[in-house]
Amino acid sequence: MTDSATGGSTTAATSDAASHVVEIRGVDKTFARDGRVVTTALQGIDLTIGKGEFVSLIGPSGCGKSTLLRLIGDLTEPTSGTVTVNGKPATRARLDRDYGMVFQAPVLFDWRTVEENVKLPLEILGWDAGRRQARAREMLELVELQDFLRHHPYQLSGGMQQRVSIARALAFEPSILLMDEPFGALDEMTRERMNQEVLRIWERTGITVVFVTHSIPEAVFLSSRVVVMSARPGRITDVIDIDLPRPRGFETREQRRYFELVTAVREALRHGEPRDAVGSLDRAAAEGAIG
Amino acid sequence: MSVAVPAIGRPRGAPRAGKRWRARVAYYLPAAVVFVLGLVVWEVGVGVLGDAAFVLPRPSAILAALGENWGAGRWPLAKAAMATLSEAIGGLVIGTVAGTIAAFATARWATAREVLLPVGIGASAVPIIAFAPLMNNWFGVLNPLSKMMIVAVLVFFPVYVNVVRGLVQVDASALELMRSYAASEWTILRRVRIPNALPYFFTALKVSATLSLIGAIVGEYFGGANDVLGRAIVQSASALRFDVTWAAIILGAASGIAAYIAIVSVERLVIPWHASVRGEGP
Repeated sequence: MTDSATGGSTTAATSDAASHVVEIRGVDKTFARDGRVVTTALQGIDLTIGKGEFVSLIGPSGCGKSTLLRLIGDLTEPTSGTVTVNGKPATRARLDRDYGMVFQAPVLFDWRTVEENVKLPLEILGWDAGRRQARAREMLELVELQDFLRHHPYQLSGGMQQRVSIARALAFEPSILLMDEPFGALDEMTRERMNQEVLRIWERTGITVVFVTHSIPEAVFLSSRVVVMSARPGRITDVIDIDLPRPRGFETREQRRYFELVTAVREALRHGEPRDAVGSLDRAAAEGAIG
Repeated sequence: MSVAVPAIGRPRGAPRAGKRWRARVAYYLPAAVVFVLGLVVWEVGVGVLGDAAFVLPRPSAILAALGENWGAGRWPLAKAAMATLSEAIGGLVIGTVAGTIAAFATARWATAREVLLPVGIGASAVPIIAFAPLMNNWFGVLNPLSKMMIVAVLVFFPVYVNVVRGLVQVDASALELMRSYAASEWTILRRVRIPNALPYFFTALKVSATLSLIGAIVGEYFGGANDVLGRAIVQSASALRFDVTWAAIILGAASGIAAYIAIVSVERLVIPWHASVRGEGP
């Protein structure tokens, strides 16, 4: 699936317009109180994501990256513009169960065992018991938790819980995996292992991933493209292709190209900050620096 | 043979059974010692003071009175305790069922929530026991139902408020997860809200276990059939038979504790996964 012979190719490079999984056109998202717009979370967002791509959304807090993810997943609706997923409106895609969701918290149910947690979406989709069991085991094997089927979530570490959450998200074979800072609560070493794990799963399943993070190294290591966003109003300021060879592993983080790309993303984040005086005044006021 | 054990984290091992028992004994031992010491001081102290034995009978005298009046005499206490306990349990069941039904309606319909919840919280501040004479009047002094209704009203509010909380206070991400599965309201209720509400429900039941005995006994103070604890307490006290009064109080306490233990046992069976049962709670 990966092409290491040519060095720089990524799995996403071959995607064309017909295979777009996500298509976002002119999306604004504002939050209003008493009919008055109080926050412009997103402004003029255009983004297309191809089949099998791994796209990270990165930006400072308040840049609307989570809101953008939630718009794709139809957990919230755009104020204007359109979100198309697999050629249909996002709501239709949600009703068709096209999304697997992974949140920052694992959101596992303590009253269910690890296996039963993975089976939850399959029960809702009306799979029969035999198929549910087989799939749950297969998924837990994929995240290497097959020895913990009958454990309860509270008996697992944070990293293991998040792996259960990933197994559950993939169980019903959604076409797109939406991950909202899934490893934000984990320590650095666990996070790096989880990154490796996610890449392995992505390479094995070929699923399209949209990944929200505020970690530059994480975004560069994982992605085929990094979407850089800036705040107030939330908008896309840059899209950086990550041409690191795959499969990526421990050595990837020590390559010169990796550091160049980390620097490129960092620069892009810095340039995304408001340059004009009004903007910085706005920003300062919003952050309470001017009173 | 090497087994593919995940490198990240390790499940917390449950303590072995023997160790757990020893830990439990060590936990309860100080309380038991203090309790026994208290009894000894009481017994000896009352003996030294002499006259006090009339007002505060010795534990041995209370025990004797309990034996004498167990199945016979003017106040057959065992029978009385059974009667009072059945009133308490009857009321507990009525109040719990009513409170739970109201809670589901409240959680389901936002309008009901806006109307009922403030009323419920406000009403729970009313000293319900003040309604006891009214209930006796409505349902008949000699009818056990009058005491059950007092208990039911007393139990209703903690059950109602707690179950509403359990049904409504669900983690927002859990609801978003269910939304991403395009799950119906009914599915969300069954798979998320009800399991989430169970610990709250049992908390309410444990509070209600003791409340129900208070309700039944105080209800009986305002009149009732002869062979009930409340009447035995009032009558023996006015007959200056304080040893019998104390014996009745001890039976009431024992009934309350028994009801509490019964509920805790059911709780352990139903929600073994919850932190309060696992013993890791705050």
